[in-house]
Amino acid sequence: MSNLSKPIPPAGGRNALEVEIRGKTFRGADGEAVRAIETIAFEVAPASFATLIGPSGCGKTTTLRIILGLDEDYEGRLRLPDEGHGRIAAVFQEPRLLPWRTVEENVRLALSDDEAERDLDQLFAVLGLAEMRSRYPSELSLGLARRVALARAFAVRPSLLLLDEPFVSLDEQTATRLRKLLMDVWSARPTTALMVTHNLREAVQLSDRIIFLTERPSRVRGVHDIAKPRAERDTRWREATLSAIAKRYSGVL
Amino acid sequence: MALELEHGTAGTAVPSRLAPGVVTIVSLAGLLAVWWVAATLADSRVLPTPPEVAEAFWRDARTGELFFHLGMTLMRVAGAFAIAMAVGSAIGIFLGMNREANRFFDPWVILFLNVPALVLIVLAYIWFGLNEAAAIGAIAVNKIPNVVVTLREGARALDRDLEEMARVYRFSFARTLRHVVLPQLQPYFAAASRSGISLIWKIALVVELLGRSNGVGFQINLYFQLFDVAAILAYTLAFVAVMLIIEFLLVQPFEAHSTRWRPKRARG
Ligand SMILES: Nc1ncnc2c1ncn2[C@@H]1O[C@H](COP(=O)(O)OP(=O)(O)OP(=O)(O)O)[C@@H](O)[C@H]1O
Ligand SMILES: [Mg+2]
Repeated sequence: MSNLSKPIPPAGGRNALEVEIRGKTFRGADGEAVRAIETIAFEVAPASFATLIGPSGCGKTTTLRIILGLDEDYEGRLRLPDEGHGRIAAVFQEPRLLPWRTVEENVRLALSDDEAERDLDQLFAVLGLAEMRSRYPSELSLGLARRVALARAFAVRPSLLLLDEPFVSLDEQTATRLRKLLMDVWSARPTTALMVTHNLREAVQLSDRIIFLTERPSRVRGVHDIAKPRAERDTRWREATLSAIAKRYSGVL
Repeated sequence: MALELEHGTAGTAVPSRLAPGVVTIVSLAGLLAVWWVAATLADSRVLPTPPEVAEAFWRDARTGELFFHLGMTLMRVAGAFAIAMAVGSAIGIFLGMNREANRFFDPWVILFLNVPALVLIVLAYIWFGLNEAAAIGAIAVNKIPNVVVTLREGARALDRDLEEMARVYRFSFARTLRHVVLPQLQPYFAAASRSGISLIWKIALVVELLGRSNGVGFQINLYFQLFDVAAILAYTLAFVAVMLIIEFLLVQPFEAHSTRWRPKRARG
């Protein structure tokens, strides 16, 4: 795999990401309460990659928003890797780039002042963005914009990385390419990562741990750990794992 | 003729780029011709011909008087514009972001929008005296409610997604303001300053007429008493020209620069 940062620094923080949401209720515009989350509790070990899978509308994005600190109106508690000292990076469902700033500016603006001038050549090169640095987001395809969002997330060297369906609405070929890129950058400096997806195949290929959620109001339906090293996950292994999971968690596929 | 022209611009790509400039010149020349013919036919002091206006312009330009008065008005316009934009956008952005405050202050905004300019000017002179501060303040207060309303719209339309992105990536307040908020408000600033400049300079003339001893408004009042229509038109056209130059040399290049990131769509 490519070697992004020469001496591999301790990434992902010292402790696991601990999530324990004991209830989350939205109040709709008409005043009616929508119970989105019943109980979601799980852990993500330091420097490991976990995936959250569940039916549409079950509260996956809500869970990520709570971890990101964007939604503080919930019951429960959180423990972040590095206890919140390290940085958190997010790749949202939409790329969320500033349309009036170039690709490079979009990435650099996320950096703190003391590392603003950091050399990002290698990161841009690995993600295939070397030629795009002075383009504006409106000139990019969705696949390229998602790569910029990935570049921004990795540029800050986060101790926690959250991804919300980063490959949705891309054609399969582009999605496959991006998954590989994600693994390349992530493996160079493995940080604690939590990704939301609808795609079990993707989850099986990328994760160390898969967390299955139920319909709304959601609970954890089961946790599936994968010990096999990513490099050894061939097609045959994948198909076998998929059917084993499908048998245990019928209905999630 | 007009129909043919429209056909021409819609049909081909190149003339449509040339056309606006040409059309503007032809249109202005047409207006000048109508004026000239009417003035010649009327043959009266109250409707001077273009050369007579040019002569009046020269008369005051040679002595420097015209430029002094233009300068004074321009100074008031610039001062009032800066104050109105700064105060108006601060209030507008605050109201756009704070629903409770907006509900409370909305009647005030509507009230101020509907107070006649003349009333504000007279009150400013009575309360604060016939001085420069009162004059500039009165002009600014007339403009502030418009800026508030426009920028409030802009602040309401701010993108929540980008704001969250900025929070997650720990943008400082200054960075958020400069790179996330202000670029989104830019079209609203442009709209407010566009309508602002034309409103402000019209009010500035009234303010000068009522309580100042210099400026274009004061001169127009003077020539009104002398019944010198040629001079009145000369001052008016000179000031309009100044405002157009500001528009073309300052406002439009700035706008082109700050919207360069927009996708350039080919227009048919
Ligand atoms: N601001 C809100 N106000 C009211 N209800 C909301 C709000 N945000 C989300 N919800 C509701 O909470 C539930 C969970 O939403 P969430 O966006 O977390 O789902 P999701 O699992 O990410 O779905 P998807 O897979 O479609 O992205 C949904 O039923 C949604 O309608
Ligand atoms: Mg979602």
